[in-house]
Amino acid sequence: MNAAAGQFGLLLAAVLFCLGLAGVLVRRNVIFILLSIEIMLNAAGLAFVTAGALWRQPEGQVMFIFILAMAAAEVALGLAIVFRLFYRFKTVDVDVAARMRG
Amino acid sequence: MDAFLYMAGGMAVLATVLVIVSTSAVPALLYFIVSLLAVALIFYLFGAPFAAALEVIIYAGAIMVLFIFVMMMLNLGSDTKRQEREWLQLRGWIGPVLLAAVLMGEIVFVLYREVRPGDGAGLVGAKEVGMALFGPYFIGVELASLLLLAGLVGACHLAGKAAEGEEKGEEEP
Repeated sequence: MNAAAGQFGLLLAAVLFCLGLAGVLVRRNVIFILLSIEIMLNAAGLAFVTAGALWRQPEGQVMFIFILAMAAAEVALGLAIVFRLFYRFKTVDVDVAARMRG
Repeated sequence: MDAFLYMAGGMAVLATVLVIVSTSAVPALLYFIVSLLAVALIFYLFGAPFAAALEVIIYAGAIMVLFIFVMMMLNLGSDTKRQEREWLQLRGWIGPVLLAAVLMGEIVFVLYREVRPGDGAGLVGAKEVGMALFGPYFIGVELASLLLLAGLVGACHLAGKAAEGEEKGEEEP
């Protein structure tokens, strides 16, 4: 791959990360917030793979695999918390959980 | 190769935007799967076929199926849809978007002015990744397995308690 492709990959990762961040800030539906966190993790993985391809080293893909494992653990815990939230408050709006009392 | 790369990148960005502005959950998930597939295509074009396969199998397969499963169990109504639509009015976020656009322009300028080393086709296949993963990064693999175990135990604890609490009729705040 050439340098222009590497620049494009890193730029795309930055754009996707910003979109995920905007999703976390804008949405109040907890499922969309989890999706946006996934978008951000995916963008970070894209940046790692791009950098690894740019220098032709396997370390970028190794880090991508670690990010993948972390994303899987995070989404399992996050969806379990969504279950707790939904059964307790009957909604998926995170602002309702601001009233939580210990 | 470059035309494919830019098309895939454009598709990824467009699909991600549609994920964020979508008001109902299932179309958003579908757009996100499109975005993941576009990113997998980009991985392949970058000479990382193993990462592309993992992206499709684990991200677009396993994790998204988990999302769809939870969404079908929750079965959201139209109430949340109306509320999210109200939250996405233009006047609230136009200022921060303008500031972020300035920052974005700076990032583009920096990335396109910087000179980068390396040229020509290079492929980093599954063999090299596996050699690195189970060679110098073996401790990382062990830590990832511990993390997955912790996630499993935590998810069992939280979701199991949620189902139990629903049966008992846990008190409303």
